[in-house]
Amino acid sequence: MRYITPRKAAKGLGAAGPASATHKHWSMTVSSVALAILTPAFILVVGSAIGLPRAGVLTYFAQPYPALVTALFLVVGMLHFISGTRIMIDDYLDHTERKVAIILSQLFGWAVIAAAVYALARMALSPVV
Amino acid sequence: MVQLNLPKNSRIKVGKTWPKPAGATRLRRFNIYRWDPETGENPRLDSYWIDLDDCGPMILDALIKIKNEIDPTLTFRRSCREGICGSCAMNIDGGNHLACIYGMDEVAGDVNIYPLPHMPVVKDLIPDLTHFFAQHAAVHPYLRTETPAPGKEWRQSIEDRKKLDGLYECILCASCSTACPSYWWNGDKFMGPAALLTAYRWIVDSRDETTGERLDELEDPFKLYRCHTIMNCTNTCPKGLNPAKAIAEIKHLMVDRLV
Repeated sequence: MRYITPRKAAKGLGAAGPASATHKHWSMTVSSVALAILTPAFILVVGSAIGLPRAGVLTYFAQPYPALVTALFLVVGMLHFISGTRIMIDDYLDHTERKVAIILSQLFGWAVIAAAVYALARMALSPVV
Repeated sequence: MVQLNLPKNSRIKVGKTWPKPAGATRLRRFNIYRWDPETGENPRLDSYWIDLDDCGPMILDALIKIKNEIDPTLTFRRSCREGICGSCAMNIDGGNHLACIYGMDEVAGDVNIYPLPHMPVVKDLIPDLTHFFAQHAAVHPYLRTETPAPGKEWRQSIEDRKKLDGLYECILCASCSTACPSYWWNGDKFMGPAALLTAYRWIVDSRDETTGERLDELEDPFKLYRCHTIMNCTNTCPKGLNPAKAIAEIKHLMVDRLV
């Protein structure tokens, strides 16, 4: 039993502010539009590389357009993933579980971004063997 | 974490089946959720038979007939009987409706009636709406101004007045909020469609001088942005209002002042 008024319960801790609400909502909108453009471009880029030998793939992704489209798709996609999973986590988890899940989803998202950028940089910068 | 199963003391058991009225030819079966906190027992589903030739056409007519003639312990709210007061909102045949303006002919087969979903139950079909009304009060549902009140009245153009149509008609029956999954999961923090519809009604009112403050109070990932445009609120509103659109308009205003 908590002896607080219904009004106090309804107001809670107050509003968190634009940085945690509208800014994220707008960022998700922007990344959605970006992905609507980047996703078909990424499918075309990857589709063009299917069937190439290893040396051909390395040469292909050393070119600016395939490398940049792939990098942009993965970075924007994973940032969108981090924001999207945050919404699901906020919906369904509470308290400590929520905080742990947010940390894990952020770690996963940034790890994928780091691995993708590293792989692309290595393909672009390494001499073809 | 979200609780997906009902706790053991909330699971609904099979209840009493009342006898059919003698001599009736057109019968309709009503299965009604019953729970009395004073007994300490689990909720149950009681069944009643209604003679359609001796009853009005609306669900509320049948409930009143059951209470008057069959089982006086059945408990539910009702007042105006014409869709104005919002008291008799309940879950009928899987959707939230006002029992007074929802006809028996709109339900196929047995009529299953439960209280509004995901709210604490006071007794039988009566939900505890304390938090719902506190959320409504928290959005300051009244005109707020800083300019001294004019001698006669706050003036408003016909065009600005039209912006309030579809907003001011809300009767606070709670059908929309209790139909919203986001409100089920996070009703303690998410304001819900009804309160947000009212909030927008005052945000868009040309006479109100606290538009920014009203938006500030909703600038929160839970109070406003738990709405994922599921649209259950709009589908279920017995007054034909569109809370989802009002929430989207608030989001537009939030973005407009940020970008």
